[in-house]
Amino acid sequence: MSGAYRLPSGGRINRQKPISFTFDGKKYQGFEGDTLASALIANGVLLAGRSFKYHRPRGILSAGADEPNALVGVGRDQAHYTPNVRMTMQELYDGLVAESQNRWPSLMFDVGAINDMLSPFFPAGFYYKTFMWPRKAWDAFYEPKIRSMAGLGKAPTEADADRYSQRYAHCDVLVIGGGPAGLAAALAAAESGARVMLADDQPEFGGSLLAETEATIDGKSAIDWVAEMVAALKARANVTLLSRTQAFGYYPHNSIGLSERLTDHLANPPAHLPRERFWTVHAGEVVIAAGSLERPMVFPENDRPGVMLADSARIYVNRYGVKPGKRAVVFTAHDGAYRAALDLKKAGIEIAAIADLRHHPEGPLVEAAKAAGIDVLPGTSVTGTAGRLRVKSATLARIGADGSAMDERQVECDLVLMSGGITPSVHLFSQSKGKLRFDEHLKAYVPGRPAERERSAGACRGLYALSAVIADGFAQGEGAAKSAGFGGVTARTFAVAGTLESDPGSFLGAAPHGRDASRVKAFVDFQNDVTAKDIRLATREGFRSIEHVKRYTTTGMATDQGKTSNMNALGIVSEALERDIPEIGLTTFRPPYTPVSFGAFAGASRGDLFDPVRTTPIHGWAAEQGAAFEDVGIWKRAHYFPKAGEDMHAAVERECKAVRDSVGIFDASTLGKIEVVGKDAATFMNRIYTNAWTKLEPGRLRYGVMLREDGFVMDDGVVGRMADDRFHVTTTTGGAPRVLAHMEDYLQTEWADLEVWLTSTTEEWAVIAVQGPNARKVIEPLVEGIDLSPEAMPHMSVAVGKICGVPTRLFRVSFTGELGFEINVPADYGRAVWEAVFAAGKAYDITPYGTETMHVLRAEKGYIIVGQETDGTAVPDDVGLGWAVGKAKKDFVGKRSIVRDEFQKPDRKQMVGLLTDVPAEVLEEGAQIVADPKQPAPMTVLGQVTSSYMSSVLGHSIALAMVKGGRARLGETLYVPMPGRAIPVKVVEPIFFDKEGVRLNG
Amino acid sequence: MLVIPCPYCGPRPELEFRYGGEAHIARPEDPSTLDDEAWGAFLYLRSNPKGLHAERWRHIHGCARYFNVVRDTISDTILASYKVGEAKPDMDALARILAGGPRAAAGEEKSK
Amino acid sequence: MVETAIRTGALDALSARAPAIAAASLRTCPPASRFNFRGRPEAFGPAGEAFGVALPQTACRAASESGRHALWLGPDEWLLIAGDGEAAEIAAKMESALAGLPHSLVEVSHRNTALEIEGSHAADVINSGCPLDLSAKAFPVGMCTRTIFHKAEIVLWRIAENRFRLEVWRSFAAYVWAQLEEARREYGA
Repeated sequence: MSGAYRLPSGGRINRQKPISFTFDGKKYQGFEGDTLASALIANGVLLAGRSFKYHRPRGILSAGADEPNALVGVGRDQAHYTPNVRMTMQELYDGLVAESQNRWPSLMFDVGAINDMLSPFFPAGFYYKTFMWPRKAWDAFYEPKIRSMAGLGKAPTEADADRYSQRYAHCDVLVIGGGPAGLAAALAAAESGARVMLADDQPEFGGSLLAETEATIDGKSAIDWVAEMVAALKARANVTLLSRTQAFGYYPHNSIGLSERLTDHLANPPAHLPRERFWTVHAGEVVIAAGSLERPMVFPENDRPGVMLADSARIYVNRYGVKPGKRAVVFTAHDGAYRAALDLKKAGIEIAAIADLRHHPEGPLVEAAKAAGIDVLPGTSVTGTAGRLRVKSATLARIGADGSAMDERQVECDLVLMSGGITPSVHLFSQSKGKLRFDEHLKAYVPGRPAERERSAGACRGLYALSAVIADGFAQGEGAAKSAGFGGVTARTFAVAGTLESDPGSFLGAAPHGRDASRVKAFVDFQNDVTAKDIRLATREGFRSIEHVKRYTTTGMATDQGKTSNMNALGIVSEALERDIPEIGLTTFRPPYTPVSFGAFAGASRGDLFDPVRTTPIHGWAAEQGAAFEDVGIWKRAHYFPKAGEDMHAAVERECKAVRDSVGIFDASTLGKIEVVGKDAATFMNRIYTNAWTKLEPGRLRYGVMLREDGFVMDDGVVGRMADDRFHVTTTTGGAPRVLAHMEDYLQTEWADLEVWLTSTTEEWAVIAVQGPNARKVIEPLVEGIDLSPEAMPHMSVAVGKICGVPTRLFRVSFTGELGFEINVPADYGRAVWEAVFAAGKAYDITPYGTETMHVLRAEKGYIIVGQETDGTAVPDDVGLGWAVGKAKKDFVGKRSIVRDEFQKPDRKQMVGLLTDVPAEVLEEGAQIVADPKQPAPMTVLGQVTSSYMSSVLGHSIALAMVKGGRARLGETLYVPMPGRAIPVKVVEPIFFDKEGVRLNG
Repeated sequence: MLVIPCPYCGPRPELEFRYGGEAHIARPEDPSTLDDEAWGAFLYLRSNPKGLHAERWRHIHGCARYFNVVRDTISDTILASYKVGEAKPDMDALARILAGGPRAAAGEEKSK
Repeated sequence: MVETAIRTGALDALSARAPAIAAASLRTCPPASRFNFRGRPEAFGPAGEAFGVALPQTACRAASESGRHALWLGPDEWLLIAGDGEAAEIAAKMESALAGLPHSLVEVSHRNTALEIEGSHAADVINSGCPLDLSAKAFPVGMCTRTIFHKAEIVLWRIAENRFRLEVWRSFAAYVWAQLEEARREYGA
């Protein structure tokens, strides 16, 4: 049997399907169709958690997404664990395991509840005021302590084992909310032929109608009408229905974030299904039919378990077939609570009294309550409740015109239902930057002028009568379709009967209670434990703006984003400051409307799929050889190739020696490549590079330097002229996309007259660098159709032919200072050609080397790396590239900037070499350089070390550095201050090996 | 996510585009004739308005063309999109369309 | 004499392991000859004629003729696709037809890897990482475009109602493949 509080009939639950679950280790039973909240209520459990600050016992307050109290941790293990799950949204499944939060050792007895006794010491702004002094105690004591006490749930200790999916979708009309307005809107839009999406956060569509037992629509019960509407929508190919889907964010240009829960309701989720799907929907038009939220009454001890929103209690009775209690006191200022009282009474719950703050409540619902024999007490307030873990009684008092309380009396009850009125859900409208307008009669903000192609329909714009809501939904759906370019919807009316009209008037703020205001806790924000007293205190301390009151008191800042609290907080501030609500303003609504899991945001982009991992055609070979890889951007590059027992240092020393002594092989495929083709190719190159290209003959290479318009070095690379009208440009590995965009920018927007076009060929070619004195001998037998002799193919030349039977662009080029070739072959042949070269090189002990060795070898030669020696503030001359600037050229990108006087100053940072006194001392890259290490801090810094390696061929460490006036300091001793010492360094020319460059010629 | 109208490909999702800064700032014909101040202004000075802004975008993951749009920097509403080399639209006329609300700006329901 | 080098495709290893999922089946396309053609309008006609497929002038449309395909990528840019091994002959024929005309023809046969996804959920799988509207109205058969799939650029081409070809740069192919595998898993029950 599923609980003593289960009604014998009624509700949307499946009584044929009992379900077992545990809460805090205790086993319970519920039915399919229950939420965790309704199933616990069926078992008489209302105590759901402890509050955030005071650790007060808290019960289930609501029946929906607005629940501030009943937050639990759910999950079978730490890899499938979600903290802060709202019980009211968690569907029951067999074997569900939930635990309460923020209590120790148990929910019934919680040590932290001492905070409640100490609460006079925890006023608003307590943390700001208290933990200021002594300053040192903050890091050592206050912060860790506060951190351990803060927060509600516990983060899981294991990585999330679930999968999350994402989907982009488009529609003509998106309807948010599947209640009466949303269903009617979706139907109207669907009939127009528009592509319609309808999203609702509940497992079934119907919204408020799921708890409607009286009304009929077109002669049918509300629930039958919903079923018909849903069936009609389902039958249409142009409609996508998304249940269990929360629209959480409204972003510019009608893009809406939806979070769909796919498996959280399943006992055994199939492995192929993701847990959630994150939708990014682009809608031509949006209809927001988000409904409304019921407001609590703010009265002393209004947080005791058993105090519940009136309409939520009605939902538990009508939709879930459970009784939230046996005897209820109703406290309201609004007709809606009468409807709840009547339905509860019908279900067998005794209504002890309806305390109505209004002095003259009237209308059909009030009359119906009186006719049903309910004791209606006008001008009456609930001034307190009693009971430890559950309400045992409520104190009622008549309120005089001056706000005084009279004729207090205690009424026994286990349930206090409250309803201050209805707050339209304007959250998404406000997120869309639509302007809100305050409606005095409704005491609510309602949508004003929209900022997007959006319409609100039904209760979320302040319409409450069912007939009006449905009619509005249909009209807005039709209007949206029309705006999206669809028409031809047949006009339709919906005949609603059986409901009693209610006055939407309501109450905002704290109810009068006549008690000592300094001693009572009347909660405004349940989740953040903010009371009416805290908010009044904030106004007394000088806070005027609601944005400041919010931040000072934290009201509305919990995970529920103040759904139940914001309007009451406004009411209290308004009263305290004696200013109208619109003058107080409203805090900004921001996404997400309800919490969205990190998993949904990440989608599949985690682990191996977080970013693309780019690998070269030769990667597999390097991996098989046991190479260590490094990340260069999103490329994986072989860093070094350790042999058994070698560390990086040993491997690099061996690799360097091999290249200098015999021959090494290096995968340079990641270099960016751009094919520049067209009659005006040379003209374009002249304008984009500092160098002169006109006279470069086909078949020759040149090292090119590229500047930004501000004169700073942007990229460099070797360029081959393949034909008069064709250049093979190479860029740095990381710079390829940037360089292409830079070139395209000038070509498209400044020099559209040039007949030249760019094509990225980075991935067309695998590039195999063969470097060392024996390089020619290794590749010679593999090459066809190219004369490799020094005369025919000198340093800095390129030839087209074949290698291993496949086409190649063979570069004679060196980034090591040795005789070298770079073999470009079509990418799919890269691995086979690499293996063939490697096999041919066996005779010369050919050694594969990685990027670390490449760096050492180039540093020995003083070749710069853009982005290592340069930092975006170096002009060519600073890094010794003045020779690459075509002085005769009238203009090129960056020319006007580098001729500025500022860039001619002799004290600019210039590239130099550094040698330490101790040969084995390797400087730290990034270390700073000073003239006098004994000067007091902050020292005058002359520059920094940019590259630093151990050079085994020289038997000495080497470094490149950028130093102020560096070229005039050759021979000087400078210092690199390090913790506890200063390393003396000698300034030398930035070239350490083979200064004459004879080795390039083999 | 913005929907950006590419003059070649039509309205496309923002993810396909790259922002390119303020539009209609032409590189001087002969930079050597500019003094430092004028050159500095060309390099760095931008209008950064609150309101309508003519700006460059590149449909980098589409047709790869640079083009210009006029966007309201307050609401992100895009009011015009045109090819490189075409004249800057009448900004006052666009401001009037913007004042007509989101549907007018989208070019629909103009009469309403 | 040296042995001629053999080809190794970027997806050879992955495609062999792809599970059969009818609602979104995934396969690699055989190697192809590819060119990036760009130029001025006077070169468009002769280029198409020499290639054997008139270059489509409508934005984002592909045209096919006898196993050769021309995909509009930009107002002066087309991706040309032909059978494997035809590149040299095509280049020679086109360059000769285009002599003196403003154009650029660059072979990119190995730059791209192609794969196809087919089935009733093919569009849904692509929409897991591609923000385009893939309804038949917005993205009809024959439409092609560069776009984004998760964090990779692709050329997406709708070959049939439920069949798409993706051209992707070689080093991004494994990533795109893995994202497609991840997204289509839910249709493999």
